[in-house]
Amino acid sequence: MRDSLPMKNTSATPLGAGAKRSTPSGGLQAWLPRLVLAPSVAISLFFVYGFMLWTFVLSLTSSRMLPSYDFVGFGQYSRLMANERWWVASTNLMIFGVLFVLICLVIGSLLAILLDQKIRQEGALRTIYLYPMALSFIVTGVVWKWLLNPQLGIQAMVQGWGFESFRFDWITNPDMAIYTLVIAAVWQASGFVMALFLAGLRGIDDSIVKAAQLDGASLPRIYWRVVMPCLRPVVFSAVMILAHIAIKSFDLVVALTGGGPGYATDLPATFMYAHAFTRAQIGLGSASAMLMLGGVLAILIPYLYSELRSRKHG
Amino acid sequence: MSTFKKTTLVLALAGASLASTAQANEVEVLHWWTSGGEARAANVLKELMEAEGYGWQDFAVAGGGGETAMTVLKSRAMSGNPPSAAQIKGPEIQEWGELGLLGDLNGVAEAEGWDELLPEVVADIMRHDGQYVAVPVNVHRVNWLWANPEVLEAAGVEMPTTLDELFEAGEAIREAGFVPLAHGGQAWQDATVFESVLLGGQGSEFYQQALVDLDPEALGGEQMIDALEDFKRMRELMDEGMSGRDWNIATAMVIEGVAGFQLMGDWAKGEFTAAGLTAGEDYLCAAAPGTEDAFTFNIDSLAMFRVTDDEEREAQQALARLVLEPTFQEAFNLAKGSIPARPDLDMSEFDNCAQQSLADFQRTAEEGGLVPSMAHGMAVRADIQGAIFDVVTNYFNDADMPAEEAAERMVSAAEAATF
Repeated sequence: MRDSLPMKNTSATPLGAGAKRSTPSGGLQAWLPRLVLAPSVAISLFFVYGFMLWTFVLSLTSSRMLPSYDFVGFGQYSRLMANERWWVASTNLMIFGVLFVLICLVIGSLLAILLDQKIRQEGALRTIYLYPMALSFIVTGVVWKWLLNPQLGIQAMVQGWGFESFRFDWITNPDMAIYTLVIAAVWQASGFVMALFLAGLRGIDDSIVKAAQLDGASLPRIYWRVVMPCLRPVVFSAVMILAHIAIKSFDLVVALTGGGPGYATDLPATFMYAHAFTRAQIGLGSASAMLMLGGVLAILIPYLYSELRSRKHG
Repeated sequence: MSTFKKTTLVLALAGASLASTAQANEVEVLHWWTSGGEARAANVLKELMEAEGYGWQDFAVAGGGGETAMTVLKSRAMSGNPPSAAQIKGPEIQEWGELGLLGDLNGVAEAEGWDELLPEVVADIMRHDGQYVAVPVNVHRVNWLWANPEVLEAAGVEMPTTLDELFEAGEAIREAGFVPLAHGGQAWQDATVFESVLLGGQGSEFYQQALVDLDPEALGGEQMIDALEDFKRMRELMDEGMSGRDWNIATAMVIEGVAGFQLMGDWAKGEFTAAGLTAGEDYLCAAAPGTEDAFTFNIDSLAMFRVTDDEEREAQQALARLVLEPTFQEAFNLAKGSIPARPDLDMSEFDNCAQQSLADFQRTAEEGGLVPSMAHGMAVRADIQGAIFDVVTNYFNDADMPAEEAAERMVSAAEAATF
């Protein structure tokens, strides 16, 4: 955009002259941004919102391998509700989402507070903690798959040290496998949360902390009662970002457990993919996609609401 | 401005790529033969086509199980622009046929005598509504047991021929310090072992009733419960590091002498061959225990889409003819580890596993026992297959689920999947 404006002035005149004649007050300049934006707005309207609508329509049909328009009302939704695997996936999302967000927040804020103590080599440490975020979830998943494999990874190593009775075989245990997803995801994202908190901490006015120190507050107390309340917006954005990472989680599951053992670590995203694309059940897959959208909206709407409200106040 | 330019550029490119579909006298073939040996084998077909003056437009979509390729195919078909031929197999051919998208190959089939050439079970899969719509490329046998002879010798056991012998041999191998059965904990591998165990313990007639005809009495009956219990016992033969392991890693365990056996289809042979091993000497193959009189097949096939252009149609027919011709059948199947789809070929080039496979294929085709593989999408529709996979893999991994409950779930899986 910025490039195109000077270009218009130097380029051949007919367009500029014509525009000047019809709208002397530079109407073209007022319209230009809208004209330029129109295609991308139209494209995102169509490809994002249009397809959401289409998915909803499909979720009301009996579509199997290819979309069909044989409407069956909310039949696919009731099938979904009767599907045991869907409930495993939804429960997993609850466990995974809550633990992932909470643990990331705790570890991230602790790391940030510790790094904030004006220590040496802070830059290097910060980079070390932040780097996992630079990896794709696929890489994280594969690395943790090896680490957690009882015959290759941590268990084998500790047993090799002589602790023969040591067991860490969560990834092979259907009841515990979901927690291995939490471990890998926390490892990946807590550094990022740390960076958010660190930025927040740096933004806090030193004089508040100093005033608290003068009043004789201990350091933990200062952090808990003074600093953390100031960081509420940071917590809020961190929760938003982490929550949507959790709901979208797909690649991590595929790389780490492949949904297994059995389908013990299935998440709604992998459920949707399996049914819509490999099992020729587009209708059922669309219904699950719509429920996932509902989940995202349940988080997004309060966020938008609070954003708009705070803007009005400010 | 630049956004708009980019957009138009993208649209123009998209338009151009859409426009570049098969020209007259050319076939566009969608397939997922993309690994080294497979790609070379597919190239043989291309050269054969070109030698006869037809064009070949390759449309390879990578991804082992063909999931990506199927997604691409669906979107092409939905936009009314399917390729001339696509790698579609099993009951999916019927689904595409019901949509009215497939063209017939009756001309070639009659001229080449496919009715006599192909075993009836195979021909059935290739026909929709009595018309040939697809051509078989190869036949994989799924019910194989692979073994490392050194491990067997160290444990002092022979190749097992019944499930009981397998369990006994497994214990001996475990005591000798090896993993008895290499396995990867993925749903399709669980299902592969399950169908071989069911076939070995209960026979091919029951297999047909339960996993092909989906007879609720068979699915929920005593025999199914027995089969499920045998299947759960297989777990004792596996190691704890199996979860999520790929099948070729499991094969590597047999190759390296870490594990004694593996139950896997004959694509495993590609791994043994790549490791420089010779069939019958460095590794052993036998029908899965108890299944020597049965053959679970997994057939790759090329289905032909309906085309309007006469020249393209002619090219399609030529493609179908060339696929079944000995030159291609031999080159392709040597590379892929499978056996030719036509049983009348000279098999001297093939190793003794493939020769045994072909002999069993012919025998079971005549005497019965030739059944489609459920685990590899040959027996039932994808949605039912998926629902059965869920039950099998969940039961296998859940230490507390009784076989009776799994059998009940099997019945409801076959029902609930249909809408």
